[in-house]
Amino acid sequence: MSKRLSQSLRGAGVLALMTVMGAPASAEEINYVIGSVGNAVEAFKETVKPWEEETGHTVSIVTMPSSTSDQFAQYRLWLAAGTSDIDLYQTDVIWAPQLADHFVDLTEAAKDLAPQHFESVIESQTSDGKLVALPLFTDAPALYYRKDLLEKHGKEVPTTWAELTATAQEIQDAERAEGANDLWGFVWQGNAYEGLTCDALEWVKSFGGGQIVEPDGTISINNPQAVAALEQAAAWVGTISPEGVLSYQEEEARGVWQTGNAVFMRNWPYAYTLSQGDDSAVKGKFDVAPLPMGDGEGAQSAATLGGWNVAVSKYSTKQDIAIDLALFLASPETQRTRSLLESKLPTVPELYEDQELIDNMPFLPAWKEVFENSVPRPSAPTKGKYNEVSAKFWSAVHDTLSGRATAAESLEILEIDLEDIKGGGW
Amino acid sequence: MPDINPNTAPALATPAEPHKGSPSLQRQRQRAAFWFLAPMLIALFCVAAWPLMRTIYFSLTDATLSNLYDAKFIGFQNYLQVRELSSGRTIYRGTLVDPDWWNAVWNTVRFSVVSVAFETVFGLIVALVLNAEFKGRGFVRAAILIPWAIPTIVSAKMWGWMLNDQFGILNDILLNLGLISQRIAWTASTETAMKAVLIVDIWKTTPFMALLILAGLQMVPRDMYEAAKIDGIHPVKVFFKVTLPLIRPALMVAVIFRMLDALRIFDLVYVLTPNSSATKTMSVISRENMIDFDKFAYGAAQSTLLFGIIAVFVAAYIWIGKVDLSGEKSR
Repeated sequence: MSKRLSQSLRGAGVLALMTVMGAPASAEEINYVIGSVGNAVEAFKETVKPWEEETGHTVSIVTMPSSTSDQFAQYRLWLAAGTSDIDLYQTDVIWAPQLADHFVDLTEAAKDLAPQHFESVIESQTSDGKLVALPLFTDAPALYYRKDLLEKHGKEVPTTWAELTATAQEIQDAERAEGANDLWGFVWQGNAYEGLTCDALEWVKSFGGGQIVEPDGTISINNPQAVAALEQAAAWVGTISPEGVLSYQEEEARGVWQTGNAVFMRNWPYAYTLSQGDDSAVKGKFDVAPLPMGDGEGAQSAATLGGWNVAVSKYSTKQDIAIDLALFLASPETQRTRSLLESKLPTVPELYEDQELIDNMPFLPAWKEVFENSVPRPSAPTKGKYNEVSAKFWSAVHDTLSGRATAAESLEILEIDLEDIKGGGW
Repeated sequence: MPDINPNTAPALATPAEPHKGSPSLQRQRQRAAFWFLAPMLIALFCVAAWPLMRTIYFSLTDATLSNLYDAKFIGFQNYLQVRELSSGRTIYRGTLVDPDWWNAVWNTVRFSVVSVAFETVFGLIVALVLNAEFKGRGFVRAAILIPWAIPTIVSAKMWGWMLNDQFGILNDILLNLGLISQRIAWTASTETAMKAVLIVDIWKTTPFMALLILAGLQMVPRDMYEAAKIDGIHPVKVFFKVTLPLIRPALMVAVIFRMLDALRIFDLVYVLTPNSSATKTMSVISRENMIDFDKFAYGAAQSTLLFGIIAVFVAAYIWIGKVDLSGEKSR
């Protein structure tokens, strides 16, 4: 009896002490919203653990569909309604200008942290001098290829799209003749959604066809190089790519690839760790390379700049705690953990020389260059109209790929449509 | 033939005649009726009339999702506006000349007509089977409702996997049966996308149709069939001459319900074939404008037109149905 009494007294004492010392009087629950691609949700729980232990708060995760277009729509609804249910939003690199009004300015809070990141990334998250979101990781897609199949058929890793087409066709034909009926040459993201804008922007840019809308706001998409790029891609559908590629997003493409049914895949770095997993049919049989380039003047290898960031809602009732969490999530240490867990590309330059990370992601040093030469989607010049521009672009590309219109026709109409959307100015 | 003259029914029901001497009683009854109806009228006003009026109002403004309350009134510009360009060219803008909108209207109408037609025929067949006496009928009746009970999003996702070109079971079955030589990308290809949506919708909604028709079938007096049987009339003739005319009112109601539902289809298309212009319906495109493109007023204009189109369809259907009914009566 007396023992129990002394125990409870001690407990009360500790509690009183904690209150005096200003330790968290009550553990708050912070709501964090995140899209569920690959192992993102599991990895996030792991990454956030140290912060939870240190502060005593808990983070509860609200998951979103993997399609970024759907995610954006939901964010827009929540933010327009000024909901206080969500404290932090994980945002795509292109969303900063469109949602800036709803987020807290992090310039002051991150004045020590921001200079540690790539300048271009911080810039992409700054809208009218306001730091809208802090970078979690950056993204630039790669060409995944099957080492074993290329070796078996005596092929080199392709550096141009034409080489890729020829190699893929040859291996596909040869392997099918040997009984691998489900094998396809090349899988990518052909569904009509934001991902197709990324894929198609890479084709157009790699052929020297510009980047849809140039940084100064001119609409450049209707040009012969862009037409050539789309014609090339349209020829893949039904030959080296299954017709179903027109409904694939990242996860569907990874599904075909990871079951060993594709020679090449275009995908983001997240697929690397998953493809090396124990349940993967391609474990140890693949490698990654920069995406091929096109032909003609100005041809180059192009990778669309992706990446995700964390923003603090203006409507959150626990802004201070939320900002603290945002700073933790964007810190170099957390980015390092994230890279180890999910093979995400860090936005802190020094991490690209970290030996443990390089052991885990052998492609990392090469990626620094890919990333530095990556092409942004035209979200900055088109501002609030970006979504409509992107939707028009992916529809035009999807029409071309599915054979509803020729590349020249759809790009000509796209140009007129974009001019209509532009109106007097972006 | 039972008496289906709608004019006789209210005359019988009206209490005015026997209570000629006590108008106050009648007034009292009316007042009571009003108070009983009031809660429902208020609820209907809040959840149906008010949102509808708001939508129509928004369609006449330049509202965006982030700026709903300071919207300016701009008249019918979201529907149609004529602009004179500096080059002297006149251009038309607005929903009424938007090819994307008319494509969506065409998709929706095509979807509605085809799906409701198939669902009616299949529903009728299922209902006729369920109406027959056989062992375990109760169990079969419950089992057939399962597709209807599954939430649309779940069944759309489920079918999405079944229709998948690489791992889908449908392609596997068809391949093994030798009906197709190559896997079909059901939801991706523009030719099959609409078929895929139709297949899923028909699978899902036939039970609903069957249930409504079954209710109508059970109203048909059994002795009519017995009489026909004694007279030695062929069952097919019985179906067309007796059953069909008798269940016609139930069938009409079922078709109207389904038509209303089909014209505003959203969830199935949105999950199964998002963004495919071959299947985009009116609801899908109006949501896209409202949320994705931040053109709230433009989307509201499309919602208003959607409402108008549904209203016209229902009015036309009821009107055509009535004309037919009275034609039958005069015979």
